[in-house]
Amino acid sequence: MEREGLKRLSDYAWRIERRGAMRVPAVIYADEGLIRDMDSKVSEQICNVAGLPGIVQAAYAMPDAHWGYGFPIGGVAAFDPEQGGVVSAGGVGFDISCGVRTLLTGLKREDVEEVKSRLADRLQRTIPAGVGSTGRLHLNRREMDDMLHGGAQWAVERGYGTQEDLVRTEERGRMAGADAGQVSEKAKKRQLNQVGTLGSGNHYLEVQHVTALYDRETASVFGLKEGDVVVSIHCGSRGLGHQIGTDFLKEMVVKAASHGISLPDRELACAPINSPVGRSYLGAMRAGINCALANRQVLSHLTREVFAQVLPGAELSLLYDVSHNTCKEEEHAVDGHPRLLFVHRKGATRAYGPGHPDIPEELRGVGQPVLIGGTMGTASYVLAGSRESEELAFSSACHGAGRAMSRHKATRRWRGGQVVEELAGKGILIRSRSMRGIAEEAPGAYKDVSAVVEATERAGLARKVARLEPMICVKG
Amino acid sequence: MGVRGIGSSLEEAFEEAAIALTAVITDPGSVDAGEMVEVECEAPDEEILLAEWLNALIYEMATRGMLWGRFEVKVEGLKLHGRAWGEKVDIEKHQPAVEVKGATYTQLRVKKEDGHWIAQCVVDV
Repeated sequence: MEREGLKRLSDYAWRIERRGAMRVPAVIYADEGLIRDMDSKVSEQICNVAGLPGIVQAAYAMPDAHWGYGFPIGGVAAFDPEQGGVVSAGGVGFDISCGVRTLLTGLKREDVEEVKSRLADRLQRTIPAGVGSTGRLHLNRREMDDMLHGGAQWAVERGYGTQEDLVRTEERGRMAGADAGQVSEKAKKRQLNQVGTLGSGNHYLEVQHVTALYDRETASVFGLKEGDVVVSIHCGSRGLGHQIGTDFLKEMVVKAASHGISLPDRELACAPINSPVGRSYLGAMRAGINCALANRQVLSHLTREVFAQVLPGAELSLLYDVSHNTCKEEEHAVDGHPRLLFVHRKGATRAYGPGHPDIPEELRGVGQPVLIGGTMGTASYVLAGSRESEELAFSSACHGAGRAMSRHKATRRWRGGQVVEELAGKGILIRSRSMRGIAEEAPGAYKDVSAVVEATERAGLARKVARLEPMICVKG
Repeated sequence: MGVRGIGSSLEEAFEEAAIALTAVITDPGSVDAGEMVEVECEAPDEEILLAEWLNALIYEMATRGMLWGRFEVKVEGLKLHGRAWGEKVDIEKHQPAVEVKGATYTQLRVKKEDGHWIAQCVVDV
């Protein structure tokens, strides 16, 4: 990205002043290197977002930002319904509530090394992954609606997990305000056999070990020690969420003019929060969040089954579950006054600081766990939300490494078999049936996750707690 | 990921865009054209019609567990009648890289340029 038009606020924050149709400024959090390598489309897109009706304070881009559709991935924007604020299907993304959960296992690396290959094989056999895969659960219409209203709570009530899991999930495992009646038949049909499936692309299940601690006190509250083994699951709302995105993108484009909204580009499709389309989307999108929460909950259960077979005695407890692609109604202080805002985070993580009432009580003193997924060859990170993040970006942080190279380019540079072999040499077992998928997901196709996390911490958005490195990675 | 179809007619450009859509997932040449599905779409303009066509194919792929390798499109006004031929996903054979979640309106263009029709958009994977 060109530095022209960017005003340096600090070594980790850059501002684009209001110009043209922008209603508020745009702020990008990144160090010089990340800014230099960032897609120039990020600044174009974040400025477009800054021009949407009812936007409050500024439009923000996180250090892992890259070109998305409408909103950049890594974009955060809050809207006030009382000032004509909008909700945008593109601002949430197609994979509604895609997110990460991390489970503690109580095991040490050496416990798993002994059975690593068997564990990897069993996980691959048990976790439905990849194009066309179906889950163990096949829902009828009533069960589908119950799942869309109940989220992870629905899954736990059916025996897929524990009450403790719900305490450690955003929204306590159930997004309020969901309306299955706003979800199309098509969306429900896409989900019938997909509950408890991982998906494909950048989604994964990883067995990881803790290789570094940066904040021992917080790590201890999170239950993380060096050498500990954890399991992280990255996936979202599957076909249901994708279809909700598809349905409402069109509806919002077609009805934009009737809402008096002129879009600089149709990809910015949105509707006033206080409009029938806006309310309908919010009801459907929240049902999509519940679908993702239920999905990750069922996958956790399957993971526990595998561990019980291979490493009997291991107890998998949930550290936390975060969602990346959401629009949530939250209270935030703007110019010192609390306001109810609709915060879009697209490829960005909510990151509440210490003391926030929505953080589970036993973690509240140190801040919300922020789980950052890396690549299958590098590392993932656990961060903790900071108090400053509230003022900096409505309590938000980055979500992952962010792609640096297109999928097409990646397949020309790497072969899947070669990636699997190289990673095996580093002690990382990859289990996937699609070698092309592996080539597209090669670690080299992503930004340096450590640089992203470093910039996130230095900008004050969240603080580093622990580094996790993969031992096993199951992909679609 | 972007898909672009170029053809001598609007219909051909739409058919080529559909082949590009399959290429995002697998090699279209690896898909046997055994089973056929018909789709109908309607839209307020040609660009949204392209997105609707691709989304109809994505939906049929997802719910039937199929991949499509051959396409036929007829457009009358802003109504599209399409046919797609393909087969069930076979992971070993097709090595599918990703699922396509949906066609977006990013870089969405349908236009005639130098005697050729171009139909393109970004699809979310």
